[in-house]
Amino acid sequence: MTRRARLVVFLAGAGGLAALLLWAISGLPSFGNYQGPYGNVLNHVAVGARHATNVVSAVTFDYRGIDTLMEEFIFFTAVIGTTLLLRAQLAEEEEPADDDATDRRTPAMSDAVRLGGFVMTGVTFLFGVYMVLHGHLTPGGGFQGGIVVGTGVLTVYLASEYETFLRVSSPTVLDVVEPAGAGGYILVGLGGLVGGASFLYNFLPLGVTGQLPSAGMIPVLNAAVGVEVGAGIALIVAEFLEQTLQVRKKQQTA
Amino acid sequence: MSALQALLLVLVAVAATGVVLTRDPLRQTFAAGFYGGILALTFFVLQAPDVALSEIVVGAVGFPLMILLALAKVRGGAE
Amino acid sequence: MSVLPYLVAAWLLLVGCYGMVTSRNLVHLIVCLSVTQSSTYILLLAVGYKAGAKPPIFFEVPVGTRAVDPIVQALTLTDIVVSLAVSALLLALTVQAHKRSGSLDPSSLTILKG
Repeated sequence: MTRRARLVVFLAGAGGLAALLLWAISGLPSFGNYQGPYGNVLNHVAVGARHATNVVSAVTFDYRGIDTLMEEFIFFTAVIGTTLLLRAQLAEEEEPADDDATDRRTPAMSDAVRLGGFVMTGVTFLFGVYMVLHGHLTPGGGFQGGIVVGTGVLTVYLASEYETFLRVSSPTVLDVVEPAGAGGYILVGLGGLVGGASFLYNFLPLGVTGQLPSAGMIPVLNAAVGVEVGAGIALIVAEFLEQTLQVRKKQQTA
Repeated sequence: MSALQALLLVLVAVAATGVVLTRDPLRQTFAAGFYGGILALTFFVLQAPDVALSEIVVGAVGFPLMILLALAKVRGGAE
Repeated sequence: MSVLPYLVAAWLLLVGCYGMVTSRNLVHLIVCLSVTQSSTYILLLAVGYKAGAKPPIFFEVPVGTRAVDPIVQALTLTDIVVSLAVSALLLALTVQAHKRSGSLDPSSLTILKG
């Protein structure tokens, strides 16, 4: 199909879609007049029933725990796919990264960058872990904190050598940590089966509302998701870096 | 609806159009990061701090980072 | 004015699709897909919004304070994070496609032709 034909077909389709969307919008409650009962009920009940002050977290990891389990596994599968696609394949060979080469081409790094990166690494990791652990109290949680930790490993690469980065974010270790986070979620869910009534039943002691150890399994699930997302993102970053720095096409004889 | 919400929503629409119409992937990465930031602010004024936090770490940091890493690979291979 | 958020969501969906259809670069296409995806975030949050309400977080705020819907927020925040991993998967596919065909133009992926 030519580009022009494709555009014409798209414009016809988009016109129809736009008409349908406008029709649908005309039937929605006007902005600011939320009608649904569930949100209001949860806002009144969740804090008392689950001892979690962040109701969004309570919904994510308790009331809709199964849904989050599925989301987590979409994430998990996507990370596996990415890793598979980026690992060196038969037609390629790894060669030492430019950073490691004896005839170093990259300029030496200034002490200021090194120190700045060093400080940033610590602060970023700490902030990420803080976000994961306080997810049931204030905005944050395993998903957001995990990304902060995962992208934080890149500051290690920026502030030092590729070798050091590989030591911090070693794919061999991450390959184990990432599924451990995913499996941890299921284990907590099974704990609900053993200690209570059903899968993902909040079976742990609820504690005092507003304190760090409270809300039963919600912080535990937050930690599991944090580990999985953090390791997953770090793994993706490490694989992309490896592709860029190490893998070159085998010299073709043709 | 407050004026701030209306302004941010219009900005979201404009920024999204800008992102789509920026054809060079490298420039588009920065446009996408900017768009993620505006989107996060919009979520914030819609009283969704959790979502705003999520969007800031993904839209303004994580996603542009992935694109840059992928671009570094395909550009490095082309040269 | 009360339909503005919904119109913005519809616009994001359409403009993202336009970008994908006319894209000449796979990386550009993936960014356009993320724009399309963000339309659902605006739609969900707009549906759950209550005029003059506070966030559904009752840390040092008494329970019973008028707050917006927490469920749509839970749906949105997990999807944002998952979309990052999915984008990474698509980018990895792009890297592989570039290795095989030497181009990022979707219409040059002749290997897909039947």
